[in-house]
Amino acid sequence: MNRCLVCNEAMKDVLTWRTLLKRADAKVICKSCEGGLERITGERCSLCSRELDGIHRSGDLCYDCSRWESDNEWSGQLSRNISLFHYNEQLKEIIAKFKYRGDYALASIFVPYLREVLKDMEHDLITCIPLSDERLRERGFNQAQALADLLGLCTVELLNRIDTEKQSKKSRLERISLPQVFEVKNQDLLQGRSILVIDDIYTTGTTLRQAAKALKKAGAKAVSSITLSR
Amino acid sequence: MKHSSIPESFSPELQNHLFGRHLLASEIPFSEEMIVEHLKNGYVSQLSGVHAESGKFTCLRCGNEDQSMFYAIPCKVCHRDCAYCRSCIMMGRVSECAKLYQWTGPRLLYPVPDQVMSWDGKLSEGQLTASHRVVDAVNEKGELLVWAVCGAGKTEVLFPAIKTALMAGNRICLATPRTDVVLELFPRLKKAFPKIDVAALYGGSSDRHTPSQLIISTTHQLIRFIEAFDVIIVDEVDAFPYSADDSLHYAVNKSKKSAAATIYLTATPSKRMKRLYRSGKLKAVTIPARYHRQPIPVPEMVWCGNWQKKFLEKKIPPAIGRWVSDRMSQNIPLLLFFPSIKMLEQVNPLFQLLSPKLKIVHSQHPERKERVMALRNGEVPGLLTTTILERGVTIERLEVAVIGSEHEVFSESALVQIAGRVGRSLAFPRGTITFFHYGKSKAMIEAIQHIRMMNKTARERGLLDDE
Repeated sequence: MNRCLVCNEAMKDVLTWRTLLKRADAKVICKSCEGGLERITGERCSLCSRELDGIHRSGDLCYDCSRWESDNEWSGQLSRNISLFHYNEQLKEIIAKFKYRGDYALASIFVPYLREVLKDMEHDLITCIPLSDERLRERGFNQAQALADLLGLCTVELLNRIDTEKQSKKSRLERISLPQVFEVKNQDLLQGRSILVIDDIYTTGTTLRQAAKALKKAGAKAVSSITLSR
Repeated sequence: MKHSSIPESFSPELQNHLFGRHLLASEIPFSEEMIVEHLKNGYVSQLSGVHAESGKFTCLRCGNEDQSMFYAIPCKVCHRDCAYCRSCIMMGRVSECAKLYQWTGPRLLYPVPDQVMSWDGKLSEGQLTASHRVVDAVNEKGELLVWAVCGAGKTEVLFPAIKTALMAGNRICLATPRTDVVLELFPRLKKAFPKIDVAALYGGSSDRHTPSQLIISTTHQLIRFIEAFDVIIVDEVDAFPYSADDSLHYAVNKSKKSAAATIYLTATPSKRMKRLYRSGKLKAVTIPARYHRQPIPVPEMVWCGNWQKKFLEKKIPPAIGRWVSDRMSQNIPLLLFFPSIKMLEQVNPLFQLLSPKLKIVHSQHPERKERVMALRNGEVPGLLTTTILERGVTIERLEVAVIGSEHEVFSESALVQIAGRVGRSLAFPRGTITFFHYGKSKAMIEAIQHIRMMNKTARERGLLDDE
């Protein structure tokens, strides 16, 4: 029997020609829970995927990104971020259970969605935002790596975390002004390559820009990213 | 070489923390060295949280054996595929490489204070009979079902038995499915047993590291105990869906000592329990009458036509509309039970036309408690609800109707519990409870029989004053 990974209710498999002929990904989330996930649609920031509401924007960029891009230090570091969902209550709960309770299985909910957008993203190498060793031991897995693994992606470790303090406890200013969070490893692999970085949430975009900056400085041609939500 | 001159000793702090508990390393705020030392000396033991045998997994903390509720992580701790239990993950992840620790050193002893109990209330005749049986069960370390009607006063029945157990230095747990009940019982027990360390445990309660002698806990929290209790009292033992039954039994069995008294409390025993009772495998005592010695109001059945169709046509079946208006005109607080949240939302606009002051309450409603309070205080005339309010609501003069009572969610026990909301106080022991239906169900008939039978038994035993 199949259970929904979110509500644990048993799911009835509806037998159709489609399910018979096309052995697609087995359903892991029920209709009602899936309905609680909100895709980012409509006009969005061409850089970070935020839905544009007409007020806080500057051309086709959101206000935040236009600020990043007007800063010489950060301009052009991250070429593009794709996010799938709005960070609503339902997703917040799923991600909290996935990350903080360590319910690894929940990563599989996102596999079909990620697979769909990955098709359109050009890249030579894929890497994940790393956790500190301490955090990794605590959780037993890296949530971004879990997504990559369940997608069957071949990833390379290109980044190491220097700072161990929790990002989520810091203000935007603190995050932006941080000197250096990542160091690059396996530098010879990334020369002239475009890199795709996987992470779970795009909050201020600082983590991803820090990673992008480190990678580009070490020789990467371009850095883009994919995240579950923003 | 061993230094035999230094006596092996244990940490009393660790003993306090771990005695009777079944915890993950992350739940034990002591150094790794200290735990290793205690393991070596046999004061503490550890086992893998998830046990794998011939490809089947079992969670040793919650007892989950449903293979679809296990999942493997490429684990960065044990560096292999490591299965974890999804069933109890909200209480911290238990996996093959995550150990569960328990105290195996010297037992803690509970000193008996001069005066254990300060409660001096009086028990009704029915309560008294039951309470003697509970005391016997505690002394004999036996199993007993207390089948008490809604409003019988179950909690007071337990007091003499809790006193007996405390005086024997026993450790006692009262487990209930709902946090509301834990919060309600905690002050009552503290007041009744002022010199005893009483702890309340529920999801989100501040972690208590004292090895309290008397614990009031949600049934969920029981999985964090092992071989801890001499007496375990399971309240509303039938309140679980059938699937959760096994896990409850696992938790109860694990948390109690091998020789322990087990008391089940309910107004509506499951078919399984009744079968065990009738075949003599489970001892039971009934309290068929309410504390106030008045019979329980018997539900009336009223045919109201195809209610589902009427609601779809945006009409309230006339019989139901009249029932509601009658009571509102006399300022009688009312509860209307509906089969589902969806139905509730569908009919709400119709009832708003009847009175905009009627409110809805369901499990996902944030203002659940506030709205029940508003009904009690007379601020709203009535609530539309689901089976979520079938238990634990006591409102003076309340009258109740079940809309679509033949629907499958209204089991016999749900209907008996719902009927049990009416006539709770001595001042107003009567009141109507109406089943509006479009064809009687077996559950409706059984619920009515159940209540009639209890009233009849009570009358025979001289527990009623209504003649």
